[in-house]
Amino acid sequence: MKPLLEMRSITKTFPGVKALNAVNLTVMEGEIHALVGENGAGKSTLMKVLSGVYPSGSYEGEIHYDGQLAAFSGIRESEAVGIIIIHQELALVPLLSIAENLFIGNERARNGVVDWHETFQRTEALLKKVGLSEAPGTLVDRIGVGKQQLVEIAKALSKDVRLLILDEPTSALSEKDSQALLDLLTELKAQGVTSIIISHKLNEVRSIADRVTVIRDGSTISTLDARGEALTEDQIIRDMVGRDMAQRFPARDSKPGDILMEVRDWNVWHPEHTERQVIRNACLNVRAGEVVGIAGLMGSGRTELAMSIFGRSYGRRISGEVFIGGAPADVSTVDRSIAAGLAYVTEDRKHLGLVLDDTIQRNITLANLPEVASMGVISEAREVRVAEGFRKAINIRTPGVFQKVGNLSGGNQQKVVLSKWLFADPKVLILDEPTRGIDVGAKYEIYGIINKLVADGKGVLMISSELPELLGMCDRIYVMNEGALVGELTAAEASQERIMSFIVRS
Amino acid sequence: MASEPAAHQDARQGRSAGQYLANHLRDYGMVLALIAIMAFFQVMTDGTLLRPVNITNLFLQNSYIIIMALGMLLVIVAGHIDLSVGSVVGFVGALAAVMMVNWDWSIYLTIPCCLMVGILIGAAQGYWIAYWRIPSFIVTLAGMLVFRGASLWLLAGQSVGPFPRQFQALSTGFIPDVLPFVKTMFGVERMNGFAVVTGLVIAGLIVWMGLRSRARNQAYGMVGEPMSFFILRNLLVSGAIVFVSYKLATFRGLPNVLITMGVLTIIYAFVTESTVLGRRIYALGGNEKAAKLSGIRTERLTFLTFVNMGMLAALAGLIFAARLNTATPKAGVSFELDVIAAVFIGGASMSGGVGKIVGAVVGAFIMGVMNNGMSIMGIGIDYQQVIKGLVLLAAVIFDVYNKNKQS
Repeated sequence: MKPLLEMRSITKTFPGVKALNAVNLTVMEGEIHALVGENGAGKSTLMKVLSGVYPSGSYEGEIHYDGQLAAFSGIRESEAVGIIIIHQELALVPLLSIAENLFIGNERARNGVVDWHETFQRTEALLKKVGLSEAPGTLVDRIGVGKQQLVEIAKALSKDVRLLILDEPTSALSEKDSQALLDLLTELKAQGVTSIIISHKLNEVRSIADRVTVIRDGSTISTLDARGEALTEDQIIRDMVGRDMAQRFPARDSKPGDILMEVRDWNVWHPEHTERQVIRNACLNVRAGEVVGIAGLMGSGRTELAMSIFGRSYGRRISGEVFIGGAPADVSTVDRSIAAGLAYVTEDRKHLGLVLDDTIQRNITLANLPEVASMGVISEAREVRVAEGFRKAINIRTPGVFQKVGNLSGGNQQKVVLSKWLFADPKVLILDEPTRGIDVGAKYEIYGIINKLVADGKGVLMISSELPELLGMCDRIYVMNEGALVGELTAAEASQERIMSFIVRS
Repeated sequence: MASEPAAHQDARQGRSAGQYLANHLRDYGMVLALIAIMAFFQVMTDGTLLRPVNITNLFLQNSYIIIMALGMLLVIVAGHIDLSVGSVVGFVGALAAVMMVNWDWSIYLTIPCCLMVGILIGAAQGYWIAYWRIPSFIVTLAGMLVFRGASLWLLAGQSVGPFPRQFQALSTGFIPDVLPFVKTMFGVERMNGFAVVTGLVIAGLIVWMGLRSRARNQAYGMVGEPMSFFILRNLLVSGAIVFVSYKLATFRGLPNVLITMGVLTIIYAFVTESTVLGRRIYALGGNEKAAKLSGIRTERLTFLTFVNMGMLAALAGLIFAARLNTATPKAGVSFELDVIAAVFIGGASMSGGVGKIVGAVVGAFIMGVMNNGMSIMGIGIDYQQVIKGLVLLAAVIFDVYNKNKQS
C-alpha cells in the first residue's frame, strides 16, 4: 500500500498561539485512519489546513497528496482532487429536499436551468449506495440526524470523493445509527475510499480504524496500528492525556438514602402532533446520594421526559405527579421547578444552556440572581466571589471569570453550566448527556463533580447515550424505549447486553 | 494547574493602556466621535453650535428621541424592535390635544391618562409579541399604521392647539433660579445660580461614585481601566457637565425636559446595569431558550419591555406636543427611525443581548448634533438624510469590524 496523503511537519500559528507544531500525518491509500486527541489538541485545525480552509502559505510544512506536492488555496481546490470534509455540525439546508442538498453548488443543470430528471436519478443512485431508503424529494428536516449524516456522505460521493474526512460523525447518533454509519465506512473502504475519522469514542475507533494517530497539544504523539487485538483503549487514552488513567470513572462510596424525588404516572403528548404520546406512564424515583441513569436509544423520549418534568419545558397535555422530599412539588413552570429543588443541565449547552456572548460570571449566576442581589440590585462583588469560587472549586480553565463563555472549550463550557446549576442549590440534578463532545480529561473531572454532589446528599438523574458511562457511574439504571420506562437494573445487575435486551424485547 | 494563577496575574498587570483601549475602542470611540462631530460643527458654524441658546435648543429638540431611545434600547436588547413609536407619539399628542382643548380637561388628568394610554398600547402590542410569538416587526408595523390612522381620526385632519401654559412648560419651561445669591457671589449679571450649582454637584457626584466603584472593584480583584483613562474620562465628563450647565445658566437655566431626561437616563442606566431585572433582559436577548430554562419568565419580560416602551413613547408624545404647542396629524412621523438609529449607533446589536443606555443616549446626541449643526450651516434636508444614513451605516460597520478583529 502506498500513502495517499502525507502531511509533513505542519506548523500553524495563530496570534499568540501555536496551534500545530510540526505535525506529521500519513494516511495510506484505502485505509480508515482515526485521528484522536483531547478537545483543543489541534485535530480540527489540522483538517482545516488539509482542506484549504487555511490556504497554502498561511502554515509551514508540506502536504503531499497522491504523490504530488499540494498547495490548496481554498476548499474548492481540495474538493476538486477528492478531499471532502464532513463537519460535526452538518452543512445541510433543512428546508430543501435531499436531492437539492446533494447538488448544492454542483447543480445538475443546463444553461442555468436545473435538470430535475437527472438530479433525481443520480440522487436515487447515491442514496442506494449509502443505504438510505428515502425519497429524493424528502425535506432534510424531516429525517433524523443519522440519516442526515448519510445524506452528507452521499453528497461527498457525488463529488467523486477519494479521501473522506469525518469530524465526530457519531457524536449525535444513537448506537444503531452509529453502527450503520460505521458499516457504511467499511463498505466504502472496500470500494477504495480512504477515510480519516475524528472521534472521541474509542470503542468505535478500535472497531473500525486500521491505524490511529494521536495528537496532543498540537503535536503528533504516536501513530498506532489498530488491526488485531494488541491495541487497547487504555493505550490510546494514555497517549491522549499524557498520563496513565488508572480508571475512567473515579471511585465513590455508594450510600443511597431516602427517596428524594419521585415521579408518578407521567404522561406527555407531542407539542405539534397532538395525537402522539411521547411519554407513557413513566414512574421513577431518585434517592439522596444516588446516581440514577436513564438509558435508551436516541428518540426514546429521555430528553422529553426530563424537560417535561422541568417546568413543562416540553410537550402538551402533561399529567402526572412529582414529589420532592416526600411532598407534592409544583413543577408547572421552570422558576417553580427550581424553587422546588430541581435543576436540569441540558444536552445542548450552546443553544439551551449558555448565553455565549456573556461572561462566565454572568452565566453562573443566571439561574439564581436573587442570591447575589439585595432588593433587586445585583452586587457585582458578590457575583465575582461566587464565580471565582466555582472557577477554583471545579477547575474551569480560564484566566478569569470575565471571559466570554463562547471562547471556552466544550469541557469548560460544560463546567460553567454545571456551576450555574450548583449555584441554584438544587436537591435533584437532571443531567442530560453531561459529557457529550468533551474530552477524556474533562469527562473524568465531571464524573468527579457528580460524585461529590451525591456525597453531599443530592440526587442525580443522568441521561446518557454512552452505556459504559452509565454503567461506570450509576447506582441504578432505568431503561427507556419509545416513551416508556421498560426496565430497571441495579448497578450489580446492569450490563450493556442486559440494557440492550430490554430495549429490543420491549 | 498550579501555573494558572501566575499567568492570570501577568495578564492583569501586563495589560497596557493601549491594549485596554483596543478592547474598549467601541465605548470610547463613540464618545470621541461625538466630541469630534461637535468640534467640527463648532468650527463650521463659527461658534453658533455651543452658544447657550443653541445648547438649550439641542436639549429641547432631542429630548423626546432620547427618552424613547431608553425604552428602545431595552426592546432591542431583548431581541425585538418597535416601529410604532413615531405613530404613538403622534397619537398621544393628538389625544392630549383633544382632552385639553376640546374637552377642557386639566393637565393633571390629561397627563396620567395619556401615559396610561401609552402603557395600554405597549401592552396590546407586547401581548401578541410575547405570548403569541408574532414577530415584533410585524406587530409594531401594524401598530405604526393603526396609530397613525387613529391620530388622523382624532384630529379630523386638523391641527389642534394651543395648549395651556402649564402644559407647554413640560417642554419649554425652565427651572427657576432658587439660588439667586450665587450670581451675586460671582458678580455675574445674567446667570442662573441653580443651574451652575446643579452642574457642579452632579460632576462631583460622578467623580465620587467613579472612585468608589473603582476602589470596590480593586478590592475584589476585578480588572478595571488604567488610572490614566479613569482620570481622563472623568475630567472629560465632569468638565463637559460643568461647561454645559454654565452655558445653560447664562441663558435661561435648566430646561424642565433636561431634568426629566437626565433622571430617566440615570434610572434606566441603573436598572440595566445593576438590577436583576436588567440582567434578565440581557440574558433574554442573548439566548432566549437558555434564559427560559434558567427560570426566567421570558414571555412576561418581553411583554414588560413593550409596556415600558409604550409608556415612554407616550411621554415623548406629550413633550413633543408641548414643544410645538399644537398637535398635528404629522407629528412623530419617522421618529421611530431616529430612535432606532440612535440605539444602533450607540452600539446595540440587532440580534439582541448587547447594548448600553449610555451608548443609546450618546448615539442620540450624535444624531442630534448632526441635525442641528447641518441645519445651522444651511445644508439641505436632502444631503442631511444622506449623511445621517451613512453615519448609521459607518457606526454599524465599525462595530462588526471590531468584533471580527477581536475574535
